[in-house]
Amino acid sequence: MRKTICISLLTAVCCFAQAPGALTGNVENGKKLFERNACYQCHGHEGQGGLSGPRLSQTKFTQTGFTAFVRNPPPSGMPMFREKVMSNQELADVFAFVKSIPEPKAAKDIPLLAP
Amino acid sequence: MAKSKKPVDRRGFLKGAATGAAVGAAGLSALKPPVAMAQQSVPRQVPVETGGTIEVTGNEKPGSDFMIDVFKSLGIEYCAANPGSSFRGLHESMINYGGNKNPELLTCCHEEASAAMAHGYAKVEGKPMMIMAHGTVGLQHASMAIYNAYADRVPMMVVLGNILDIEFRRGNAEWVHSVQDAAAMVRDYIKWDDTPVSLGHFAESTVRAYKIAMTPPYEPVVIVADGGLQEEPVQEKNLRIPKLVMSAPPQGDSGAVAEAAKLLVNAENPVIVTGRVARTPKGIQLLVELAETLQARVQDQRLRMNFPSAHPLYGNPGVLPTTVPLADADVILALEVQDYWGSTHKQTPLNRFGMESSPTTKPGAKVITVSAIELNHKSNYQDFGRYIEADLSITGDAEATLPALIEACKKLITSDRKRALEERGKKIAAMNQQARERNRELAALAWDASPISTARMCAELWAQVKNEDWSLVSFDRMVSSWPTRLWNFSKYYQYIGAQGGAGIGYGAPAAVGAALANKKHGRLSINIQTDGDLNYQPGVMWTAAHHQIPMLNIMHNNRSYHEERMYVALLGAKFNRGIDRSDIGTALIGPNIDYASIARGYGLYAEGPISDPKELGPAIKRSLERVKKGEPALIDVVTQPR
Repeated sequence: MRKTICISLLTAVCCFAQAPGALTGNVENGKKLFERNACYQCHGHEGQGGLSGPRLSQTKFTQTGFTAFVRNPPPSGMPMFREKVMSNQELADVFAFVKSIPEPKAAKDIPLLAP
Repeated sequence: MAKSKKPVDRRGFLKGAATGAAVGAAGLSALKPPVAMAQQSVPRQVPVETGGTIEVTGNEKPGSDFMIDVFKSLGIEYCAANPGSSFRGLHESMINYGGNKNPELLTCCHEEASAAMAHGYAKVEGKPMMIMAHGTVGLQHASMAIYNAYADRVPMMVVLGNILDIEFRRGNAEWVHSVQDAAAMVRDYIKWDDTPVSLGHFAESTVRAYKIAMTPPYEPVVIVADGGLQEEPVQEKNLRIPKLVMSAPPQGDSGAVAEAAKLLVNAENPVIVTGRVARTPKGIQLLVELAETLQARVQDQRLRMNFPSAHPLYGNPGVLPTTVPLADADVILALEVQDYWGSTHKQTPLNRFGMESSPTTKPGAKVITVSAIELNHKSNYQDFGRYIEADLSITGDAEATLPALIEACKKLITSDRKRALEERGKKIAAMNQQARERNRELAALAWDASPISTARMCAELWAQVKNEDWSLVSFDRMVSSWPTRLWNFSKYYQYIGAQGGAGIGYGAPAAVGAALANKKHGRLSINIQTDGDLNYQPGVMWTAAHHQIPMLNIMHNNRSYHEERMYVALLGAKFNRGIDRSDIGTALIGPNIDYASIARGYGLYAEGPISDPKELGPAIKRSLERVKKGEPALIDVVTQPR
């Protein structure tokens, strides 16, 4: 249990601290990988998230943190993507795609969502 | 050609067989004349091209007429069936002798659809529908849907045709459609069955079956209608149909209820978890009264329309109904909860090795369970879930037990305690308000996306049905529970829960059955229909068109068996083999299925596929105009996965 907490804390610290030497991501390839590796199944085609997976658009993760998280997610329904499954460059591409998703409309600007 | 006569007194033979009397058919043949013939006034012989002769009786009342009288006495409105020779007698009596009314015969294209229609109907109307099927191949088709109804605690009257007496079986079809013990196949997931050997026996057992099905926990029952008994003339004297006397539902022990009230009133933060509580509209009122008396949060599994979704004491409507946030509860009242253990434990996910679990509840939290399911435990199928280590386990129907529990709680609440409870209620209401606002913000994400987001689809629907007398005849988990999160559910018929046994193929026919129940009340039925499910029983769309059952079917067409794909993806990652092939066996693409064309082929008004969210609102408007004229309609919406 203690070991799990330590790993989770370490992961959380890594996630938001940008390490030097971040890779340059390719948005177009990232979008393809996002679809091919079924990321959209839980996070939605626009990274909007859902009950099965959290929102990815407008993420606060850095690329390093994103990679660290995807490599070793905390116990959840999230698959562990090891390097054999997705390389660091491919994860950088996915991260670039996620970061490229424009900010959504606010609920208050959508009449159908008025309380 | 020799005339086709039955050389035995069939009733006597069946009775003898049932009591184990070792009497040979040949012996009976020698002793008794063929009764059917003896009662005929002037039997005629009519040659037929198939090489034999048939008897034209004309003025006799077959046993199946009496059987229809029995069903009429029980107030059964509908009978869903795919036609079958083993119940042709009942079929003919229903439409001719019975006037095709109470019960009215519904033409179904598959027995699974018949049973699932009955499932959906019962959850709206609160009483069983009848289905008919062959005791062999028909029941084999219907069995999954019966299991769903069983696991969902839903009453259903299953009538099976069978020809027990070999002397009555004509040719191969009737041999392969006959069985010694027809109900054996489903006995593990029905509540009761019988194989009557006389009409008097049929009447008593059918009335008994109805009573058993409608005594909580509600469950399906099976009556086998013997083919000979259906078709032979009535000869029993003094036939009567017993009076239906319903049982008062079982109520929890009064001492245990008083103990539960003490725990709940003295708790700092009691939480009420609800599964299948409301059997009737009264159940909702009672649950509201209990929650308001205690000012306690209600965490609803949404297996029935238990509690108004806009009530300030409704627990976070943004979570999946299977995961219940209970970490803050010091007393948990679990009312007819499904899989309580799974709802209160975190388990090792699929992508980790081993299987470990830990409770999500506070250490020392007291657990009170109230459920009637312990009155009907079976062994083979494991729908009962894990054993619950409750502090107080009350066996009894929750709805029937609520009045006593409310009364006991009210007696214990002092004015000081009442003030404290009101403060707690204000905090819960504030959390509820925050959750609702958060849900609106989340619904805005991907608002303009294509494929269309499930939140947008549900918001577009809500805008056009909220001022109608509407009923959602499908469960909403597959669309991230957006209706629960955005709509205002308050009436009993506005939500009917899920399949029960998680058997796919329930959705479309159950929706048609529920819409049928809504039809006579003039309600607008809405079915959010998943694509994977529709492909099991698409023929039920024709049944809806044929019987003019008005309903709007709106496809959640994500072109995938989504949940299964996630499981495969998790395992592919776990074993380091990749995820990019997880679409094999799970995706419904190449070619894409054109549901609007399929629906048109079955006689529905249909639009789509629609991928542009701007086109959705006008399509809903046009389709609703058709539905309000009494037609079923379908809109194929290409959607995000959940």
